[in-house]
Amino acid sequence: MNFTPAGYSLLPVLPEIVLAVGAMVLLMVGAFRGQRSTPLVVTLAIALLILTGVLQCHYLPAGKLSTFGGSFVVDGYARFLKILVLLGSAATLLISYGFLSERPRRIFEYAILILVSTVGMMLLISAGDLVMLYLGLELMSLSLYVVAACNRDDVKSTEAGLKYFVLGALASGMMLYGMSLIYGFTGTVSFAGIATAAKTGSVGVAFGLVFLLAGLCFKVSAVPFHMWTPDVYEGAPTPITAFFSSSPKVAAFAIFVRIVLTAFPNVAHEWQQIVVFISIASMALGSFGAIGQRNFKRMMAYSSIGHMGFALVGLAAGTTEGVQGVILYLVIYTVMTFGVFTLILAMKRNGRAMEEISDFAGLSRSNPVLAFLCAMLLFSLAGIPPLAGFFAKFYVFTAAIKAGMITLSVIGVLCSVVGAFYYLNVIKVMYFDEQAGATDAVRVELGTVVVISALFNMLFFIYPGPLVGAATAAAKSLF
Amino acid sequence: MMTWPILSVVTFLPAVGALLIWLMARGGDEAAARNARWIALWTTLINFAISLILVARFDPTQAGFQFVEEGRWLTSTIAYKMGIDGISLPLVILTTAILPLCIIASWKVTNRVPAYMIAFLILEALMVGTFSSLDLLLFYVFFEGGLIPMFLIIGVWGGPRRVYATFKFFLYTLLGSVLMLLAIMALYWNAGTTDIPTLMTTPVPRNLQTWAWLAFFASFAVKMPMWPVHTWLPDAHVEAPTAGSVILAAILLKMGGYGFLRFSLPMFPLASHDFAPLVFALSAIAIIYTSLVALMQEDMKKLIAYSSVAHMGFVTMGIFAGTMQGVAGGVFQMVSHGLVSGALFLCVGVVYDRMHTREIAAYGGVVNRMPLYAFVFLTFTMANVGLPGTSGFVGEFLTLIGTFKVSIPTAFFATVGVILSAAYALWLYRKIVFGALVKPSLASIKDLTFREVMTLGPLLVLTILFGFYPKPVLDYSAASVQQLVTNYSHAITAVKAAALMH
Repeated sequence: MNFTPAGYSLLPVLPEIVLAVGAMVLLMVGAFRGQRSTPLVVTLAIALLILTGVLQCHYLPAGKLSTFGGSFVVDGYARFLKILVLLGSAATLLISYGFLSERPRRIFEYAILILVSTVGMMLLISAGDLVMLYLGLELMSLSLYVVAACNRDDVKSTEAGLKYFVLGALASGMMLYGMSLIYGFTGTVSFAGIATAAKTGSVGVAFGLVFLLAGLCFKVSAVPFHMWTPDVYEGAPTPITAFFSSSPKVAAFAIFVRIVLTAFPNVAHEWQQIVVFISIASMALGSFGAIGQRNFKRMMAYSSIGHMGFALVGLAAGTTEGVQGVILYLVIYTVMTFGVFTLILAMKRNGRAMEEISDFAGLSRSNPVLAFLCAMLLFSLAGIPPLAGFFAKFYVFTAAIKAGMITLSVIGVLCSVVGAFYYLNVIKVMYFDEQAGATDAVRVELGTVVVISALFNMLFFIYPGPLVGAATAAAKSLF
Repeated sequence: MMTWPILSVVTFLPAVGALLIWLMARGGDEAAARNARWIALWTTLINFAISLILVARFDPTQAGFQFVEEGRWLTSTIAYKMGIDGISLPLVILTTAILPLCIIASWKVTNRVPAYMIAFLILEALMVGTFSSLDLLLFYVFFEGGLIPMFLIIGVWGGPRRVYATFKFFLYTLLGSVLMLLAIMALYWNAGTTDIPTLMTTPVPRNLQTWAWLAFFASFAVKMPMWPVHTWLPDAHVEAPTAGSVILAAILLKMGGYGFLRFSLPMFPLASHDFAPLVFALSAIAIIYTSLVALMQEDMKKLIAYSSVAHMGFVTMGIFAGTMQGVAGGVFQMVSHGLVSGALFLCVGVVYDRMHTREIAAYGGVVNRMPLYAFVFLTFTMANVGLPGTSGFVGEFLTLIGTFKVSIPTAFFATVGVILSAAYALWLYRKIVFGALVKPSLASIKDLTFREVMTLGPLLVLTILFGFYPKPVLDYSAASVQQLVTNYSHAITAVKAAALMH
């Protein structure tokens, strides 16, 4: 039955094929049934994502698989992060029902674009060479540019989309230039080939590496390529902001980790310097930049810059523990930030979205349960034990300490103290300030997502074993 | 011998109580508030009763950890491990004993009562957990977790400048603690585990000792608080509600001293020895300087807060003297200060509830209307001064003679501080209680109610009892203190001997 030559089996890439074909089928459904089919398309898209996840977990044989001549790799690391990405996309669609139904013109393409960008993310996570990396990255990004601007009558949303596109294209260009340099100096595009060719750091490879990392930094919104983040986060519709801060970040971070560890393990001292620098810069800018923000989404954008800095601390260590820390950080961060954005989406006053921090004044009186959950999420983002955010930081910093990066760790924890200030500030507004007025009822699916996210954060410490174990296994498969 | 995990029960029972309140006391009406109060009171009382079983079953002749429980947690090397020895037992009992009094003292709180009670119960769980965890990371989780409820207690139920005070409290403490977290990680990689008994016997390289000691010191010195990082304490005390101040003074401050005893001395003996002069200097400055500052205060709570800093100076001085008397005195002083300062804040709360001001100048001649109050307040003032016959004397005396053997100048300055403490405490007492009752607002002030007697009475009895008969506390902690001091001096003599060999 196997028509494909050895090394070109389609089995490892089956989940992606199913997802891509499914997305096209849903496009047909939407095109023929018109805009009224939006809820149906969204529901089917969620089902498709779940199906893909099940295929990923249960259908693929265990162990490390690769196809297309090694340009597509499925290892424990890829499996783990793909599941996270699929969950993030499914959750995005789940919280989008209300957003889509409230619009005058329903757009089913929204769901299709998210599916297509998810295909891109999955390719990205599994990329084994530069070509697949670029293919996945662009498939992901192009869809994201469009969804960022999907509120096409809204100035801020279109501005966000345009800004994201222009800066994203610039970053892609830089990255492509870096790839061409690397290809030119090593003579290969495959990560394994680059690893053998780049045994000693040549200037050409170093240059290529810098441009490549610049492009990746843009995607994970690390300083100094973070400028788009606050504007895009504020301007894009809230479900899209939630999406931006979860799945695409995870996918971009996944390839970041994979490429430096599998393609450049022999020039570690070169990229480690870069990673340490952008890590410190991101942590510092994220912490200090957020202090003055009045818009909740904008504040969360700075928070996300800071959190990417913390996750990079684990990568800077460059060890199994470090990668394990990064993976756990991504999982926990995704859940936390998704919960917060869902909460922002859920809170409405007289039909108007509450996006300013001051809108949340006295929320602990008008809606004590949501205020409590929000406070827990914020304490968790600040990294206060016993909440999950603390353990995320614990693992990355433990890895950095083991690798002897004391200065980086000290700067990092000090930044986390500064960061705690602005999270506390939101809690202060919710708990200590006078009430700003009653809030509208919360949609059931949004409330559920917030509750799940907050409970995950609050109860992680009781039984962290399985998740930590899975992250360890995933990290080991990279080495 | 042990059939049920008694320590875990004592730790997590308050959390169960908090859950009960959340489930049963819904809504903002008076019935919900009443339910919340009673559930909180019964939970803390039952917890106190269970903690007394710990006392009954504790074997004071053993120096090691007792009631040890172990379970899997993060990994096999970072486990859920609980246990207490003679140093932590008094503090656990102090916590469980103070909490019911706090609940009673908060009976008249009307604003968001269920949430208030939940915060106190969660705080109790975290505090007991801090004193009884035998895993370093678990300790840190409990230690830091306490910030969340305390942040809300000060911020929601506090005074006019509560936001400033609670942010300062939170960020100061967090800043100190994150450095300790890094040191915990370094110790983890050094020993391969965060198990505290193992860490105590694992030698730590000299260089790491110094840095880890400093990192731990950053955390505990802020928590203690030691001069010059004490400035959060007066603010937090002034703005916190009465019960919040009591918890802060009686228990939260003890975490710093406990940390020194549990980690700094046993794990980094050489660094402790090296840095002891620094601690002595800071303690002496704290005792003298904060006593002088206390003399100048116009706010009753602030005065007591500064006196707390001074009294904690005796504790750090005694602990780092590293002598049997000093360390035992430090433990005793912590317990005694827990009773006395807690009671003093309750005393302030009594008049504050009636007059809604803490300004010293607003009072005078209270004895004419409140004789019972004057008596109770006098006893605690005397205990604060360290009058023989009260528990305050025993702790100060022991730490002083313990320090005298090691550093005479420190002991000398600390003794001067005792005189100053008499000055400010008696001055405060005279201003408030004595004199003619001329202020018209005080004319109708009422004496202690039954509820207030119930909160102050037990503390009064214990303060006097431990003043005349300190043996219970000293006996229970003796074996553990003896072991700690022996190990400490062995480690130092070993290094000195090695230095002579070269």
